Parts: sequence; structure tokens; C-alpha cells
Amino acid sequence: MRILPSGERALLIEVDGPTAVHALARALAQVAGVIDVVPAARTVLLTCAPEALDGVRSLAADLTPEEVSAADTGEEVVIDVHYDGEDLDGVARMTGLSTTEVIARHTGATYTADFLGFAPGFAYLSGLDPALHVPRLDTPRTSVPAGAVAIAGDRAAVYPRSSPGGWRLLGHTDAVLFDPEADPPALLQAGTRVRFREVG
Amino acid sequence: MLRVLDAGLVLIEDLGRAGHASSGVPVSGAADQGALVAANRRLGNPDGAPALEVMLGQLHLRAEQEVLVTLAGAPAPLRADGMVHPPGAVVMLPAGAELMLRTPPWGLRSYLAVRGGIDVPRVLGSASHDVLSGLGPPPVQAGDVLAVGAPTGPVPTADADHPGPHTPFLLDVLPGPRRDWFTSEAVETFLSEPYTVTDTGDRVGVRLDGPVLERARSGELASEGVVRGSVQVPPDGKPLIFGPDHPVTGGYPVIGVLTEAAADASAQVRPGQQVRFRHRGW
Repeated sequence: MRILPSGERALLIEVDGPTAVHALARALAQVAGVIDVVPAARTVLLTCAPEALDGVRSLAADLTPEEVSAADTGEEVVIDVHYDGEDLDGVARMTGLSTTEVIARHTGATYTADFLGFAPGFAYLSGLDPALHVPRLDTPRTSVPAGAVAIAGDRAAVYPRSSPGGWRLLGHTDAVLFDPEADPPALLQAGTRVRFREVG
Repeated sequence: MLRVLDAGLVLIEDLGRAGHASSGVPVSGAADQGALVAANRRLGNPDGAPALEVMLGQLHLRAEQEVLVTLAGAPAPLRADGMVHPPGAVVMLPAGAELMLRTPPWGLRSYLAVRGGIDVPRVLGSASHDVLSGLGPPPVQAGDVLAVGAPTGPVPTADADHPGPHTPFLLDVLPGPRRDWFTSEAVETFLSEPYTVTDTGDRVGVRLDGPVLERARSGELASEGVVRGSVQVPPDGKPLIFGPDHPVTGGYPVIGVLTEAAADASAQVRPGQQVRFRHRGW
């Protein structure tokens, strides 16, 4: 673990991988003086009240390897999907699978939200079946509808709201991924386990 | 109520919505927080009362009730009912009075605060408009009617202390998390050579032009959390400074991070002007 500086109010803590990131983020989110926690692929950014920065730095430095590699206990969320996406047939052609088989492989995996970014509530999910690894669109769509269920590279995701996007669309969900009135506002947090279930 | 008669780029901003970054929500808030706080303190408002962030003095409005206003940040000349007021003045606008700002002699963003604050619904605890995520109240437009909140405390009898004009050209910078991604020559260049602000003031980030900063290593950095004032260096070697509406993570190495005061000052640098980074603790 390395603790790197990030200005007068933040620290960037570098660890080995997603499991340690999620354990560290959970361990430090509740510490007094910590205002914001940003888990990413191999780092956790902690933003603190300025007077709390030194205390949080010592506390992080004293964490044992066991504490930052604790078993992941993220909760599981099931997302119901209508597999009617514009790119479903195209993904089937690219992968040599039938659309039924694409859906079976997409619903057959358990995903982990590694981190959020791009837009509020947008979680990058790992765990996609290697048979479904397809590149992004050459030309991104100017507007992807809210709730679009998509894949690109080795990742899956759900668009929380309408935005431009280059991922391939398999279907859509009525689930609300981002709700400013909810606590926390994002349905998926770093470490959350995700499964997709086919409906209607 | 304030009736907006004409507006350029005018946003409602407070001190932002920290605490939701783990849900992918940027902090947002005033680009020059020191200026917002100074204006609010002059009126006896809480530091984070919502105010108008006005780009280059483009605002004309009419008070529909008697209100107390003041301006901080870029010193846009403030004309109220035909009279020009000195920078920093607390101005009483009687009902029906019109207020017009003009282009400030320096700086980009002025903060027009009103006693009681602008009263708009909060999203995740903040009235700030975030240009990246779209959260918060929409940009202010001609025809809008802005409600004014109830005052919460006495108006100070003397001007509260507030910072004078910034020196936007000298920005204090602390070592960034990835300074070891750069050659020692690049670090020396970054801390000594001037850089020019290239494009319009953007609340997401400001691009700079100047000497290219060479990396000491190849490969890609996995995206990681960044803060306002982070100086990130994309592959072209030209640094950019993240503003209040920056994405919660960035994909390029951060060579340095501005102090809070320098991040405020960077919000006032106009396109074409130069900045220098002054090292602190390197």
C-alpha cells in the first residue's frame, strides 16, 4: 500500500486490486473527517476536512494487510432486463452465438461493480463472459436511452440516464440506477455484486 | 424575487455537493469559492448561500422586492438604478430597481450574492448547477424569476474580511500523486515556465498551452480519483487544470495539485492569459 499526496484536502491510496480497493473504501468511509471516498481500479481517493488530513493519513498507514484484503461482502443486486437492444443481433453475429446464447451468457455471470465514473450512477462492471468481449462501436451514438444495458470490451454497464455512448446495447431495464432522493443516490456502489435476469 | 432581463453564462452556485463522489457525483460548486464566501459574509449570509456565478459581467436584472446585494470575485462594474457602485459595496435595490453588470477589468467570474440567498430546490443537498452531470438548477436565462430566501442573521456593520484581488498569474502547487511519472526536467519546466490558458473558462477543466512535459515512463494509468485543482497531463504533454465540475476520476497522471486558494484564483484566469506554477513542498 502506498499513500500519495493529492492537495491540501485529499490522499490517494494505492493498493493491489479491486478487492483491496473495496475493503479499504468501506473501512475508511466511516472515519470522522472523511468527506468523500472515490474507489477506482487500484486506488482510493479520500477527501477530508483539512484539519482531519493528518489523522486520516496515520490511520490509513496503520491498516494491516488483512484489513485491506478482507473478503468482499458487497451486497447483490438483481437487474431485470428486456433483451430488445439495437445491437443484440450484431453482437450475436460478431461472437458467432445465437441471440438466445448471448442472453444466456449475459444473465449467467455474476458481475462486480469495480468503480463508478463517466456519469452519476454509472458503474463499470467486471465479470463479463469472455465470449461476449466485443469492441465499442466505431462511432458512438449521440444519445443512448436511460436504462440501456450494454457491453464493451471486458465490461458490462447500465446507462443511468440518457447520454452519448459507444457501448453495444443488449437491452433495457426499468430499474432506476441513479436517484438524487435516495441514500446512497447510486443503486450500484463499488463492490456491489450484480446479476441480470431476463424478463418479458 | 429577482427578474432576469438578460443573461450571458450565469449559473446558480453554492459550495457544492461533496460526499457523493462514490456514486459518481462531482462536487461542483462555485469555481472561486473564496469569492462566494466573501460576498455571502458581507451580507450576513451563511458562507454557502446560493449566489449567481456570472461570466464576464453579462447580467441584467430587476428586483421585484427590496433586496440587499453585493458582488465579489471579478470586479464587474455594478450599476443599480443608474448609479455605479464601487467594488465590494453592499447595495440596496428598492423594489423595481434594475441592476446591470459590465465586463470586469480583470477576471472571469463574479459572484452576485443576495441577502437571504437565491432560493432554489437543492439536489443532493446543493443548489449548484453542475455542467458535467447536469445536476442542480438549469443555467439562468432571460425571463427567469429567482426567489430570494429568508435572511438568517444580522448584516455585519463593517465589511467582513475578504481576500483582495487575486494574483491569477501565480498559482501555488503541491506535489501531485503521479509526479514520479515525469522526468525531472519536466518537473523543473512545469515549475518554472509560463503556460497560457487556451480556451474559454470551463468549469470541468482548463487546458493550458506551453512547453511539453515528458513522461519518465510509458504505459497507461488506470483511472483514479482526482480533486479540484489537480493538474493532469494527457499524452500530448500539455497540462490541464480540473475545475469544480471535473469528473470524479481521471485517466492521466496528475503532476501537481493546486492549493485551495490557487484553485479559486485559476477560475479567474482568462483565455490568452499566462499562469506560472509556484512550487510548495516539492
